[in-house]
Amino acid sequence: MGIDVISWVAVVFVLISAASMLTVRDWRFALGALALQYLAAFWLVSRHLPFAMSSIKLIAGWMTIAILGITRLNQTELDTDADTIHTGGTIFQAILMGIVALSAAGATPLIENAIPGMGLPVIMGGLALIGAGVINLGMTSDILRVTIGLLTMLSGFEIIYAAVESAILVTGLLALVNLGLGILGSYLLLAGYIPLTSPEEEEL
Amino acid sequence: MSAPILWIVLPFLTGGLILVLFGEKYSSYAGGMLSAILALTAVFIPIDTALLIGSISLKISPAVEVFGRSFQLNTTDAPLLAMIYGVSALWFFGAEASGKTLRFAPLGLIIVSLLTASIAVEPFLYAALFLAMATMLAVPMLVPLYQKPGRGTVRFIIYQIFAMPFILFSGWMLAGVEANPGNLASTLQAGLMLSMGFAFLFGIFPLYHWIPKLMEETSPYAASFLLWAFPTFTIIFALGFLDRYTWLRNTPQISNVILSSGIIMTATAGFFGAFQRHLGRTLAYAAIAETGLLLAAISLRSVDFLSIVFLILISRGVELSTWALAISVIKQKAYLLKFSDVQGLARKYPVATGALIFAHLSTTGFPLLGGFPPRLALWQELSSASPIAMLWIFLGMAGILISAIRSLATLVMADEDAKWEWNETWAQTAMLVIGTFGLILLGILPQVLQPFLRGLPALFEHLAQ
Repeated sequence: MGIDVISWVAVVFVLISAASMLTVRDWRFALGALALQYLAAFWLVSRHLPFAMSSIKLIAGWMTIAILGITRLNQTELDTDADTIHTGGTIFQAILMGIVALSAAGATPLIENAIPGMGLPVIMGGLALIGAGVINLGMTSDILRVTIGLLTMLSGFEIIYAAVESAILVTGLLALVNLGLGILGSYLLLAGYIPLTSPEEEEL
Repeated sequence: MSAPILWIVLPFLTGGLILVLFGEKYSSYAGGMLSAILALTAVFIPIDTALLIGSISLKISPAVEVFGRSFQLNTTDAPLLAMIYGVSALWFFGAEASGKTLRFAPLGLIIVSLLTASIAVEPFLYAALFLAMATMLAVPMLVPLYQKPGRGTVRFIIYQIFAMPFILFSGWMLAGVEANPGNLASTLQAGLMLSMGFAFLFGIFPLYHWIPKLMEETSPYAASFLLWAFPTFTIIFALGFLDRYTWLRNTPQISNVILSSGIIMTATAGFFGAFQRHLGRTLAYAAIAETGLLLAAISLRSVDFLSIVFLILISRGVELSTWALAISVIKQKAYLLKFSDVQGLARKYPVATGALIFAHLSTTGFPLLGGFPPRLALWQELSSASPIAMLWIFLGMAGILISAIRSLATLVMADEDAKWEWNETWAQTAMLVIGTFGLILLGILPQVLQPFLRGLPALFEHLAQ
């Protein structure tokens, strides 16, 4: 009973973090929300996987956030435009997140019936993250936001997939994919940001 | 020595070492040499058979275990490995001639090794994870650090990563369907999941809009390499699914869906391709149309359909590498590659223009070129299976032919007093001539591939029957 309550609390954290990532423009807040999301995802994954394997997802996720955060921290010039709050857009995104949460809540019992034993909080958390990730990807072309969207979608998938597949190789490869996305996002953030100078120009 | 270590770990590690240690020029040679050696090894040294060389006994074992799962490359995989690494060698040798192709050979080698891992891993549906990793490694090849990533690159990443969850989950669902084939709902769900996964991987209409964008905003050589590598391994992955699950193979509706997807891809790509005014985008649409042809081929249930698929794959490798190299050579003079920029360049780059037109015509199925024999066989099979499908595919190919004629007209539209020049380097000329000669050889003497084609269908024991 107590564990179920914690699982539902994790789902609430998932919803709050997903909504924050969508609506708040500040990248620091978005990455913080992503960290919270990984913590909640860790708990939901641990319902079906051993603690050690679940913690791989948490560690890989937080490492990814660290990579993205360090890269973005050095790009202060980008802060002026990206961090402006657009109230209209924020309300629209909040409504979209509400639709995702409602759709996930509606689909959860159906999936539980189709695949018994997964657990309602696990399905609800997974679906909400997949939906939030897809919305994030559909609404922006900003590299950091696209990376966050992909990571969110993947962690939602991982929560559900952990219930049906517990192979170590898959866990390891999924952690690698997460880390790879972090490095890739970091690379793309840097691309075009570093001015190209030839050695001759540097000497001048 | 085991086969996965030789054809997966070795190129992966060597790619990493080349990336760190070698310069651009030598990395292409090193990557090309290693690929050629691996292709020849696959041809001449049998897997899982002891060979006596003097007093030394040499045997390549077929499997290696990693975390309780195995990577297997059997004797039947040898022709495929030879084909993959042989065509890769062509790409890597051509990279140096193509000019500025950032970290192409080392990253290409790592990508090919990961894609090879995708066909070796058991359970085979884990291949989706390797495809996702290969996608991520492809990005530094496409986007140099001094260039902002474009929308095509971002869409490429999103779509390829999106495919992974669908494929992994559908694999799990398919196992359930096989255990309980009467459950129509779960069959439908599994089929839908699988279709979505492959729609993203193949870039089935309308999900292919990122391909022309990618060709426009990145190095055409690197982007074309990906247009060869990813669909090739995805086709093999898809054939693995069809081979493994009886109900997928025997359900006529699934064949119809695959055929329809192929027709729509070919017809729409031909239609859009005919109106393009950019050399890179014409290549992109031709590649999309060819992927459509591959889908149409795997929807067939005839005896020879596997041979048609592999014949298309081999000719596609030669076509795209030659075409991409020709475009890269022309790009050195006309960076934007728009028709207005490349007008009349045939007199400045005659070899590149010739190779480009030959490769372009080959993708349309022009007689006596590499693309002709598989298309002829495909049309022959389709004429009895579905004449309407054949007509639509023919129209798609006609669109690609129109774009070839428009490209040719633009390239030769020079001033009357413009002099003929020869601006290609020796390396570029040699690689372009080899590619063009290869296309002509495949067109006139397709039977040279017979030794390969005889062995390749054995990869899929149920489909080959």
